Amino acid sequence: MAKTFKGGVHPGHFKSATAGKPIADANPPARVAVLMQQHIGAPCEPLVEVGDAVKVGQKVGDSQAFVSVPAHSSVSGKVVELRDYPHPVGRPARAVVIESDGQDTWHESVKANPPLEELSGDDIKKIIREAGIAGMGGATFPTHVKLSPPPEKPIDTVIINGSECEPFLTADHRLMLERPEAVVFGLKALMKVLGVEKGYIGVEDNKPDCVEALKKAAEGEPVEVKSFHTKYPQGAEKQLIYAFNGREVPSGGLPMDVGTVVQNAGTAVAIADAVRKGVPLLERIVTVTGPGVEAPANLRVKIGTMVSEVIAQCGGLKENARKVILGGPMMGLAQNTTEMPVIKGTSGILVLTDKEVHIHEIQPCIRCGRCVEVCPVSIMPLVIGSATEKGYPDKAEAYHAVDCIECGCCSYICPAKRPLTQWIRLSKGEILAKAKKK
Amino acid sequence: MEKKLVVSSSPHLRAPETIQSIMFDVLTALFPAALAGVLLFGYSALITILLATFTAMLTEALVLRTRNIIGDGSAAVTGLLLALTLPPAPPWWLVVFGSVVAILIGKHVFGGLGSNLFNPALVGRAVLTVSWAGHMTAWAAPLDGVSAATPLAGGSASMLEMFTGTIPGSIGETSAAALLLGALWLFYKGLISWHIPVSYIATVFVMGAIQAGAGFAGPAEMLSQGLFHVLAGGLLLAAFFMATDMVTSPVTREGQVIFGAGIGIITMAIRFYGGYPEGVTFAILLMNGATPLIDNLTVPTKFGEVKA
Repeated sequence: MAKTFKGGVHPGHFKSATAGKPIADANPPARVAVLMQQHIGAPCEPLVEVGDAVKVGQKVGDSQAFVSVPAHSSVSGKVVELRDYPHPVGRPARAVVIESDGQDTWHESVKANPPLEELSGDDIKKIIREAGIAGMGGATFPTHVKLSPPPEKPIDTVIINGSECEPFLTADHRLMLERPEAVVFGLKALMKVLGVEKGYIGVEDNKPDCVEALKKAAEGEPVEVKSFHTKYPQGAEKQLIYAFNGREVPSGGLPMDVGTVVQNAGTAVAIADAVRKGVPLLERIVTVTGPGVEAPANLRVKIGTMVSEVIAQCGGLKENARKVILGGPMMGLAQNTTEMPVIKGTSGILVLTDKEVHIHEIQPCIRCGRCVEVCPVSIMPLVIGSATEKGYPDKAEAYHAVDCIECGCCSYICPAKRPLTQWIRLSKGEILAKAKKK
Repeated sequence: MEKKLVVSSSPHLRAPETIQSIMFDVLTALFPAALAGVLLFGYSALITILLATFTAMLTEALVLRTRNIIGDGSAAVTGLLLALTLPPAPPWWLVVFGSVVAILIGKHVFGGLGSNLFNPALVGRAVLTVSWAGHMTAWAAPLDGVSAATPLAGGSASMLEMFTGTIPGSIGETSAAALLLGALWLFYKGLISWHIPVSYIATVFVMGAIQAGAGFAGPAEMLSQGLFHVLAGGLLLAAFFMATDMVTSPVTREGQVIFGAGIGIITMAIRFYGGYPEGVTFAILLMNGATPLIDNLTVPTKFGEVKA
């Protein structure tokens, strides 16, 4: 039996359109919009002004706050504008708009670091922070923060998350397949920072080619590759840890509370590039897919490129395209425009058509219990959903709305098509806001 | 972009199952039992089934003020289930009355689909049982229609007869074979889990066997008495199709086991000591009433709950 967690659903893979397609470079953008907030935490302040010349890898935004990472220019050229742009995961935010000169001249700050053996843990952590690395699975939590556990919380396990449990997405799949040594190197760098002797890479068992490639790359290294039962949300951090070592991250706690740090496979590769070559996080792999895209592909896209440009390179939207989602179909966010920049957490651009997009009529709950069955955190979505619908926030709180990881399993499975995840999210937001006020 | 993009909250994929598909699957699962009833008890059984089902659908459409008489299919399920619990040749007005009561009192006074505390079909049957006990126990032998007693009321029947259904009883309850076939469909479709039927049937079997054992019977007699109580009366129909009603049973697996066992105990208490030979209807209704309590007692431990 492959390892797994409690609950979860099988929404189908939908990965075949892009799983076999090697990563290709996206066309160089004529201009990029580098958002000042691409991570969870304090936004960056722009370090450049309109008219400034910038080079590839130059820091264009940074913050003094601990929970924050800098942003860099992914092209060389001239700053033409500082303006607000629509943001993939929130309200419009400030962006540094740079017109490319097409030369891609590297900035002086980008230079190779000494070999891993000669770097201390703190050196590596600093490199990671300065490279602007934030969790690339989509949550974009600043990586160096995860690597700074307080001394009373010793870390004994580092896991690279290569589950990629969201249907449709293949960005991590291709990256692990094409650059397995970088994944292993990134893991080794993380192990050094945390002082851990052995590292692990977890991959869902629907990607046997990745498992094989990673095992080969890990030969002779203190790294073990494990495969997991394919089930959504296997890649959810706390569920992954549970499947891995049976440790339950306490409610409201962090993985470090159970001595574990999890990083996404894409993040590991970004760390490898930063530590070895001194290259900050300038580009990422984006899976452009879905029935609404003419030619699905896995593209290496410069951060700040417009989503519309990326879609155009894949043959553009089909006539019947109805929904553009950044991320996967289970947790990704539907957008009302494609005129927004790709950020560090943009793992996929998914386009659905009339056929897949339904506005469901909400029917009464028939208490089938499926939502309870599939909930990976064992709460009762039907109760919280109805409490939210009827306006009983206290009941929603009593039934642990705040523990929801918003994976979407309950809404997915509900035969009455009740928007359970949405309701729980609503209550969760209100409860957290209330708690903050106190 | 001329066409507007649709923006909605995640997830953007939904499972194909709907309330309507569930109800149609339940109707499909009830088909073998209904067919067996018609084959065994003839024309009057067919009329009863059609009348109960149609009356339920019509009543629901009137209450909802809709012309869509099929709706989500839940009224048809209630009507058919009620018909299957009726004797083979009841007067027409009894069938209509039971069906109207099931939908009106059993379901819509509580707020309609999903809000009813008690199984609507059994509410209908309970009202009929206490109001017209004579009509509700007018059993007839299958195939020839001569009046006869059910096995629980002292009639004689072999295990094989109880399995195929050639015994006196309600339209849809006598053929264990047909009921099991339908139950297999429900399992295959994932509409019921083992928790309620198994805990219910196991409780009945064990209590039947123990009662036989208390009379200093040997193991063979205990086994056959246990099996008798499982096959007799409306137990299998109830265990797979009534007790498992989603709306009126607990949502957690743990709660479902408690629920099933509770129905088993009450059923046997009525069979052993009650005024009625059969106790399935009231056993389920009583445990339906306990469902909110069971749900409150079996709230799952959330992931990451700090164990004190």
